[in-house]
Amino acid sequence: MNKKYLKNTLYAVLLLAAFTVVHYSCQDSKNLTTGDEAAKVYVPPGTYDDFYLFTSGGFSGQVGVYGLPSGRLFRVIPVFSQDPEKAWGYSEESKPMLMTTHGFIPWDDAHHPELSQTDGVADGRWLFINGNNTPRIARMDLSTFTTAEIIEIPNSAGNHGSPFLTENTEYVVASTRFSVPIPNKDVPIKSYKENFKGTISFVKVAKDGAMDIAFQILVPGFDYDLSHSGKGPSHDWAFFTSYNTEQANTLLEVNASQHDKDFIAAINWKKAEEYAAKGKAKTVSADYFINRYDEKKHMGVSNKKTSVKVLLPEECPGMIYYLPTPKSPHGVDVNPTGEYIVAGGKLSSTITAHSFEKMLKAIENKEFEKTIDGIPVIKYESVVAGEVQNPGLGPLHTEFDDKGYAYTSNFISSEIVKWKVGTWEVVDRIPTYYSIGHLCIPGGDTKKPWGKYVVALNKITKDRYLPTGPELTQSAQLIDISGDKMKLLLDFPTIGEPHYAQAIPADIIMKNSKKIYKIEENQHPYGIKAEKDARVVRNGNEVHVYMSTIRTHFAPDNIEGIKVGDVVYFHVTNLEQDWDIPHGFAVKGAPNSELLILPGATETLKWEPKAEGIYPFYCTDFCSALHQEMQGYLRVSPKGSNVKLSFGTGK
Amino acid sequence: MKKFILSAAFMSLSILMLAGCGDSSNKKSTAKTSEPELSAWEKENGFGPVKEKVVLGAIDKKMAAKGEKIFESKCASCHKLDERYVGPAQRNVLERVTPEFFMNMVLNPDENIDKHPHAKQMLAVYLQRMTNQNVNLQDARELLEYFRVLDEGLKAKK
Ligand code: HEC
Ligand SMILES: [Cu+2]
Repeated sequence: MNKKYLKNTLYAVLLLAAFTVVHYSCQDSKNLTTGDEAAKVYVPPGTYDDFYLFTSGGFSGQVGVYGLPSGRLFRVIPVFSQDPEKAWGYSEESKPMLMTTHGFIPWDDAHHPELSQTDGVADGRWLFINGNNTPRIARMDLSTFTTAEIIEIPNSAGNHGSPFLTENTEYVVASTRFSVPIPNKDVPIKSYKENFKGTISFVKVAKDGAMDIAFQILVPGFDYDLSHSGKGPSHDWAFFTSYNTEQANTLLEVNASQHDKDFIAAINWKKAEEYAAKGKAKTVSADYFINRYDEKKHMGVSNKKTSVKVLLPEECPGMIYYLPTPKSPHGVDVNPTGEYIVAGGKLSSTITAHSFEKMLKAIENKEFEKTIDGIPVIKYESVVAGEVQNPGLGPLHTEFDDKGYAYTSNFISSEIVKWKVGTWEVVDRIPTYYSIGHLCIPGGDTKKPWGKYVVALNKITKDRYLPTGPELTQSAQLIDISGDKMKLLLDFPTIGEPHYAQAIPADIIMKNSKKIYKIEENQHPYGIKAEKDARVVRNGNEVHVYMSTIRTHFAPDNIEGIKVGDVVYFHVTNLEQDWDIPHGFAVKGAPNSELLILPGATETLKWEPKAEGIYPFYCTDFCSALHQEMQGYLRVSPKGSNVKLSFGTGK
Repeated sequence: MKKFILSAAFMSLSILMLAGCGDSSNKKSTAKTSEPELSAWEKENGFGPVKEKVVLGAIDKKMAAKGEKIFESKCASCHKLDERYVGPAQRNVLERVTPEFFMNMVLNPDENIDKHPHAKQMLAVYLQRMTNQNVNLQDARELLEYFRVLDEGLKAKK
């Protein structure tokens, strides 16, 4: 096929995209409502939403927790980015969570929340999310809605195809969006084809949730984009889209759009596991961090690891195959029965569905068109099950309901299209405002979708809300899919970029939600269990304040004998054992955030006073009628002064 | 229907919880006029899981020692034995309230503060709500044993 033709289609697509955006921003969707939408999203005061929705914060690095159908925001879970409101990345205990081989990193780009599963069904124990920029995976504990662990992925760049998980949360995966030299080294960028490689990592999740890298598979230097694991019959397999099989290293928008088809990599992870166990893997040196939060000690601990196991496809027959798939496939989604592997070819005019059964037969009969670096490429005709014709422009992602339908987002034509799995016919479509990326049906990528709603996660907001200057909130839309026709119910604003989201019935999570940390179980080395143990201890120029809080005082609340040049650690334990009674702690002039200490927890603020004087401290979280009384004074004397260390409360 | 009952339950629960957080001083004045009558048991022993007289017997020193520990960790940040602190001095608490009221107050402070005249009166003086410190029945019984020891001490002095 000639280049000119391709270029022309590309221009046509871009023009269309521009047109669509302009067109849609003039359209008035307010007329589309019919009247009973308000009742469908109304959650009366004091009652609960039916679903939790977890949205990625995208470039905010955090996770948003919303209720459906109301679209109300309940919590922002700090993950990869510092959050002064909760002292995440500011308290001494949470700083280790953001450690990497590049040092302390206060930010990342978080894309795909994934709820843990048992037997292919979302179980509400944990939520995983990837960090794109400095490849990492985080695990949140959904009994506390806090980040419990962050693992760095070595030999990777652009951890986009992550952290999709296998049916029993045996593994979460990570794949390289950017191929890079492995190990990283100083080479000309033009030597891409020779030096750049991709990796696909399988991160083992232990029974208690602890993650570590089991093995990595070294793959040709394409861009690995997204992933989903099989389920049911395809349980042993995981699928990864790739683009830029042209291996371009510049102007990818043109140069990586040349091939008619790119690939889905199908990996038999059970086989890979066997190969790794049999010693087929090479141990290569690679540094990475595992940071775990110890809930009893109330602190994060960083652990540096120095090697990973790497499997090479040419040495492991039967482990990996390529399935040709039209035009830069983006999402790869497996339907609830585990039979169909659906790819959104973002530059394609069809949606391709591969058949798992056909794939196994093709492998058995060796229906291969060629082999790339030891990876057999299965013939397209031998694996394809069907194509959805005219689904819209720029199909990206597909989720499923519990009635045999699939819902695909179309970025360029800004719509969701509903089609029937098996017959591939389009049955309905609905516009989104504007430029939808991912979409989310509760359980929509699992064996058990709760097909009541689909949430559209839009990239462009334009005129949907009151304007707030050049920057606008990004927008999600709730669409009712319980009937034959999709119906728009609600727009709601989100934090950062709601890149992808997952939702789960509220009762699965609610019943496990913790109310307090038990003070008897607090094992923080600087925690105290009773006010009588509150004290100040000097150790050279290091001063440790063992402080307690309860409504409505600090102990101690008067401290003297601190000197300029000291390094002061305030270890504040909240002795409350009642739900929803945190106390805050802030010191005047401390170049740091406040602390927010939850009932039964201990947190530490580090402070190096620079000048003598009196420094007030106080509680920042309104806690009782006497909250405004919850304060104290600290006296800082010059270096070498002979003011004695003294402290107390009520004396 | 089931859902309706559930949400009704949630609603009443949250109303209860809201009431539990409400501003104390205003409530007191309205309470006087609209308060339902307390039963004789409730008047004496408060509201909570302890619904019959506790069999006391001879003092169990071990239990009392455990109670003292719990008091230090979960109560002493608000109660001193012999002086007013955040809450009332506690050495002589059993002269003020029955053992059963003591346990109910510790196990179920919110309801007692909302409904019981003694707790309400205390609140008006201390302007701070006695807090739920997540103690269980066993803990409350051990605390009670500790206060029985203190009570004996007081009696011996008299
Ligand atoms: C956050 C502070 C706080 C803590 C902790 C606390 N209390 Fe109280 N308590 C109070 C206040 C204030 C009152 C009085 C106001 C009221 O009744 O609400 C009170 C009242 C009481 C009373 C009511 C009757 C009386 O005459 O004294 C008892 C009994 C009591 N507390 C026992 C305990 C025990 C036992 C613990 C530990 C498990 C405890 N408290 C922990 C603040 C506290
Ligand atoms: Cu406070």
